[in-house]
Amino acid sequence: MKQLIRTFAVIFLVAFALMYLTSYLNKSQGYSGGNTLTIYNWGDYIDPELIKTFEEESGTKVIYQTFDSNEAMMTKIAQGGTTFDVSVPSEYAISKMKEEDLLLPIDHSKLPNLKHIDDRFLDLSFDPGNRYSIPYFWGTVGIVFNPDLLDGWQLTSWNDLWDPRLRNQILLVDGAREVMGFGLNSLHYSLNDTNEDHLQEAKRKLGELTPNVKAIVGDEIKMLLAGEEAAVGVVWSGDASEIMDENDKLDYVVPEEGSNLWFDNMVIPKTARNLEGAYAFINFMLDPDHAAQNAEYVGYSTPNKDALALLPEDISGDTRFYPEDDVTAKLEVYDNLGKRMLSHYNELFLEFKMHKK
Amino acid sequence: MVNRTRNLYLVPYITWIALFVVAPIVLIVYYSFFDVEGQFTLGNYAKFFTPVYMRMTFSSFWYALLITLFSLLVAYPTAYLLTRLKHKQLWLLLIILPSWINLLLKAYAFLGLFGTYGFANAVLEMVGIGTQQILFTDFSFIFVSVYIFIPFMVLPIYNALEELNPSLVYASRDLGASSWTTFRRVIFPLTLDGVKAGCQAVFIPALSLFMITRLIAGNRVITLGTAIEQHFLVTQDWGMGATIAVFLIIAMAIIMIITGNRR
Amino acid sequence: MNKTFRWSNLYLFAVFAILYAPIIYLMVYSFNSGGTMHSFEGFTLEWYSEVFADTRLLIIVLNTFVIALLSAAISTMLGVIGALAIRHVRRRQPRNALLSFNNVLIVSPDVIIGASFLILFTMIGIRLGFTSVLLSHIAFSVPIVVLMVLPKLQEMSPSLIDAARDLGASSLDVLTKVVLPFIKPGIFAGFFMALTYSLDDFAVTFFVTGNGFSTLSVEIYSRARQGVSLSINALSTLLFLFTIVLVIGYYFINRRNSRPAVREGGK
Repeated sequence: MKQLIRTFAVIFLVAFALMYLTSYLNKSQGYSGGNTLTIYNWGDYIDPELIKTFEEESGTKVIYQTFDSNEAMMTKIAQGGTTFDVSVPSEYAISKMKEEDLLLPIDHSKLPNLKHIDDRFLDLSFDPGNRYSIPYFWGTVGIVFNPDLLDGWQLTSWNDLWDPRLRNQILLVDGAREVMGFGLNSLHYSLNDTNEDHLQEAKRKLGELTPNVKAIVGDEIKMLLAGEEAAVGVVWSGDASEIMDENDKLDYVVPEEGSNLWFDNMVIPKTARNLEGAYAFINFMLDPDHAAQNAEYVGYSTPNKDALALLPEDISGDTRFYPEDDVTAKLEVYDNLGKRMLSHYNELFLEFKMHKK
Repeated sequence: MVNRTRNLYLVPYITWIALFVVAPIVLIVYYSFFDVEGQFTLGNYAKFFTPVYMRMTFSSFWYALLITLFSLLVAYPTAYLLTRLKHKQLWLLLIILPSWINLLLKAYAFLGLFGTYGFANAVLEMVGIGTQQILFTDFSFIFVSVYIFIPFMVLPIYNALEELNPSLVYASRDLGASSWTTFRRVIFPLTLDGVKAGCQAVFIPALSLFMITRLIAGNRVITLGTAIEQHFLVTQDWGMGATIAVFLIIAMAIIMIITGNRR
Repeated sequence: MNKTFRWSNLYLFAVFAILYAPIIYLMVYSFNSGGTMHSFEGFTLEWYSEVFADTRLLIIVLNTFVIALLSAAISTMLGVIGALAIRHVRRRQPRNALLSFNNVLIVSPDVIIGASFLILFTMIGIRLGFTSVLLSHIAFSVPIVVLMVLPKLQEMSPSLIDAARDLGASSLDVLTKVVLPFIKPGIFAGFFMALTYSLDDFAVTFFVTGNGFSTLSVEIYSRARQGVSLSINALSTLLFLFTIVLVIGYYFINRRNSRPAVREGGK
């Protein structure tokens, strides 16, 4: 009995000591009270130096909180209980958040640096007039492949994936829109197609792909491809650039049938408390110097044309990540298909995953 | 007298149950009657009985069974041998310790160990078997799941073995029983409660495994847990996710009744 | 005899080797200058200095420990009370019902627990952050403690309690002098399992956290999209070595303090 009491007493003592230490550290960092700005972003999706610079320039303390999926982030914002001043959802999430009234409209007059954004990336279907969102990074969906493992074969199209030479060599990202999207694209349908016959056709065609599919995975796809675990992967361009940083044998292509054009965007959720700070931060990130610094750190494509000019030629001239106009013309942004259609996409994708080998 | 103490114990426990068990169950059942667009429906339950979900249910149970079986096969001898060691409690702690390292990190480590150029394949190569595909197979999935659940199986069995009165074992030996007979007739039946507790602590969570179905099995195995996670976090079809959860809870209750009524 | 002993040692060695293999893998790569977990290029301590420079990460680590220790201790107490309550229920049906309720949280996938707790907390009006995370960790650790303690309680013969009572012990005495010492191993097992659950949990914490409060696993998962940096490996290595030292130290100090008891039961 004595031992029990002693042990639990020690545990509580240690816990309280640690709590004291935490609050001390928090204070020394200036996190408690005063002028703070809470940013809700993907993990490691901003150069930490920029946060420091912003804090010094504005005198605002930044609280950086992270999420791992758009859906989880939306649930958190919808449920309330927290104050997020700026968040960075993907474009399809923005239409949903708009519908559910989770976003505050953005006053463009408070963002003088908005002029640096390339017109091509403004006023898109998911947010006409950019009333609620400001582009942060953009990219495509495509194929990463390893010519060394494929006798030098350079893939160019989605239909190449069905080649019997790729048996058990393909890794796919675990995303219903992405996989159904390239299934539709390979049949030269739009990746926003809602025609039931076309969808069933795409599902059947994807079913034929299963012998070639080694696995359907998440973020670890980068590690697996860079480690040459498989020869081919269907990934987002941002991931592709990271993979190729790690392993320069690999190459990336935006397939000729067309593909998806995606955006991550800065928004102000309705939970925002520090509106001044939110505008100051977004404007700060739109500054060409800062945007360029961030693009170099994160490695994704920046929509900021003046920042692009500041980037070294080997980044800005890379047509795989800053494709030329004829390729861009074939890219499509995901439309918001509505909840019912979306869940139909997901059912079809689930059936594809359950397809017996 | 006895009555009064009993009621006192029940108060905090029932409060906990009411707040954190009953309330979530009510919420889950409530959500299961709504479709994606927030309309009342029984469609989710109908959908659960379509072949896709039936196959998923079947494979979840099958894999959970395999995982429990292999965990037991590994954990029982481990627990038994541990009780005979000198610093046995320390060794027991060392069995639990690896589960304090983040699961995602360990899964990444397994990706490296089991990969085409990983340690496991290097060993196979050396022995002369040659490189095999280990990742994204049933083998790796069950291996890693057993790895995760081992401490949860060892602990209750170890406790049961510690309780065992050694004089019973000696008596059985003195009466001329072989080691195997002693084990079968004396040791195992007397530690059955520990085994049961361990199986419950493994089988039930194994039904709802997710994440490693993607990381280690590459979505070749899809369990009910994976489907629920997808519905809640990706599809945002909370109704369907909740429906699957309702069935999981029913399955759990049935398992508890089957394994619980011996006493 | 000798031969079986050697076989058994080999078996235990194999079990431990497999249990620790991925951890050693993580540790080795924490010294990799290559920056990834699949090709080892050269030795560096860069990741370790990165850990110590990152105050935010250190605060998160401390948060994780505070939550784990407090939630494990409190849920152990609740769990012991729960096990006693279940034992006191003599009739089988209500007892099985209680047990089933107990296990609901073990079977429910984390995502559902997390989502329903989130709704619950916002409904009651508890501010998301430290309190909500602590409460939910206590909540989902209680059932495993009950599962660990209950078999011990059931093994205790009722005559032991009757004897104590006959000798004039009050209910409180019976509890503190007979019952609790008897189920002590179960209590510690429950505590360590609760600690394990708390340190491991990602999904529930993710849903109920907020206002700048974060734990290590939430941080690690949210970094996955950008690739988990090796400084996380370095951090895990440090934490792991620290825990090992702590556990071994605690064990030997404890043993010295209660030597007679150990010698008696150690054979």
